[in-house]
Amino acid sequence: MNIDSIKNGIVIDHIQAKKGLEIYNALNLGELDCSVAIITNARSEKMGKKDIIKIDKNIDLNLDILGYLDSNITINIIKDDKRIEKYHVKLPKQITNIIKCQNPRCITSIERKLDQIFILSDEKKKKYRCKYCETLKED
Amino acid sequence: MKNLIDIKDLSIEEIEELIKVAKDIMQNPEKYSEKCKYKKLATLFFEPSTRTRLSFEAAMMELGGNVIGFSDAQSSSTSKGESVSDTIQVVGCYSDIIAMRHPKEGAPLVAAMKSTVPIINAGDGGHNHPTQTLTDLLTIACEKNRLDNLTIGVCGDLKFGRTVHSLITAMSRYKNIKFVLISPEELKIPEYIKEEILEKNNIEYIETNDIEEKMENLDILYMTRVQKERFFNEEDYLRLKDYYILNINKLEKAKKDLCIMHPLPRVNEIATEVDEDDRACYFKQAKYGKYIRMALILKLLKIS
Repeated sequence: MNIDSIKNGIVIDHIQAKKGLEIYNALNLGELDCSVAIITNARSEKMGKKDIIKIDKNIDLNLDILGYLDSNITINIIKDDKRIEKYHVKLPKQITNIIKCQNPRCITSIERKLDQIFILSDEKKKKYRCKYCETLKED
Repeated sequence: MKNLIDIKDLSIEEIEELIKVAKDIMQNPEKYSEKCKYKKLATLFFEPSTRTRLSFEAAMMELGGNVIGFSDAQSSSTSKGESVSDTIQVVGCYSDIIAMRHPKEGAPLVAAMKSTVPIINAGDGGHNHPTQTLTDLLTIACEKNRLDNLTIGVCGDLKFGRTVHSLITAMSRYKNIKFVLISPEELKIPEYIKEEILEKNNIEYIETNDIEEKMENLDILYMTRVQKERFFNEEDYLRLKDYYILNINKLEKAKKDLCIMHPLPRVNEIATEVDEDDRACYFKQAKYGKYIRMALILKLLKIS
């Protein structure tokens, strides 16, 4: 299967297979006016199968969302058909307004205009706790 | 330190300093009787709690200060739909320091993020109650003359009991502390307390459902009430509420200098016959609570 290469834009690579659509939605890529391609189950030497997202435009990506959803992702910035930058996303120390606290006793359940903030509590296990009530985000 | 939201906000040195000041207040109350003259404490109790509120109010009054506030969310603007952030910014205009209890977990942190005056968390749902923990630490320091080298039994609701979680967190920072965790299966200590506090700090602990099993080893026995308000299911509460009742017979093998503590209020978990025993410290504990809150108010208001 052939997908056209992009001249100027971003390739989000090494996405865990079947997770491409989730990332597409989390980054609101459907709202862009440029071409966006999601490739699922692409062959990968390292991963066996992987997903890839190609965006035909250079945009500001929310790296916290990417790092939280899949910290193995790599970002490739393409300019004039050449890759000018490649970097890995990191597990963010804090994430804001990406997930919601599920604890019905948490202040976030009633307080208006309060950011939903989660803090990384265990890097090895990728565990996050609500900043306010310290409830663990369940997988 | 600007606020006290979580016992973890305090270093061991800061806790030592608070205990030292509290002991000095106990010995020389007159020296402190006007320290907070012209200062106002607002007690914002969005959830009823008579003893914690009275303890704060007595503490401020004994420092020569004044008290304003409410003891029920129904008598505040919250019943009109006001947010915590708005309430706290308004009350900050009328007071120098705020003690706040709220049923929602994390509400005092939200208050501290907006407040212009110091905030003391006086309990937020099943989450934190740092001044109870300070009370417990002062009680242990006064009754045992140390905060290290202790075997501490905690008994009752270890699942929802925030006082237990905070006490374990606070005591895990001292040397040679061992815990005996006594609870029915359904109310066992949460896994994260074991993993993130006990095991992370290499604290020795055992779990049992038998209150008498390790009684002879205990220096402190911390009893807790099974709290009705933490249960969604009435049936579970009724089945578990009287699981443990400490009486004189169960203390037969206990050390002569055991310190029996309870955050109060008690229901049936300690038989009233135990009150006469020299090892019962829970009413003294309530008194220590006032002194440590006095020390805390002074510290947060930066009054030496």
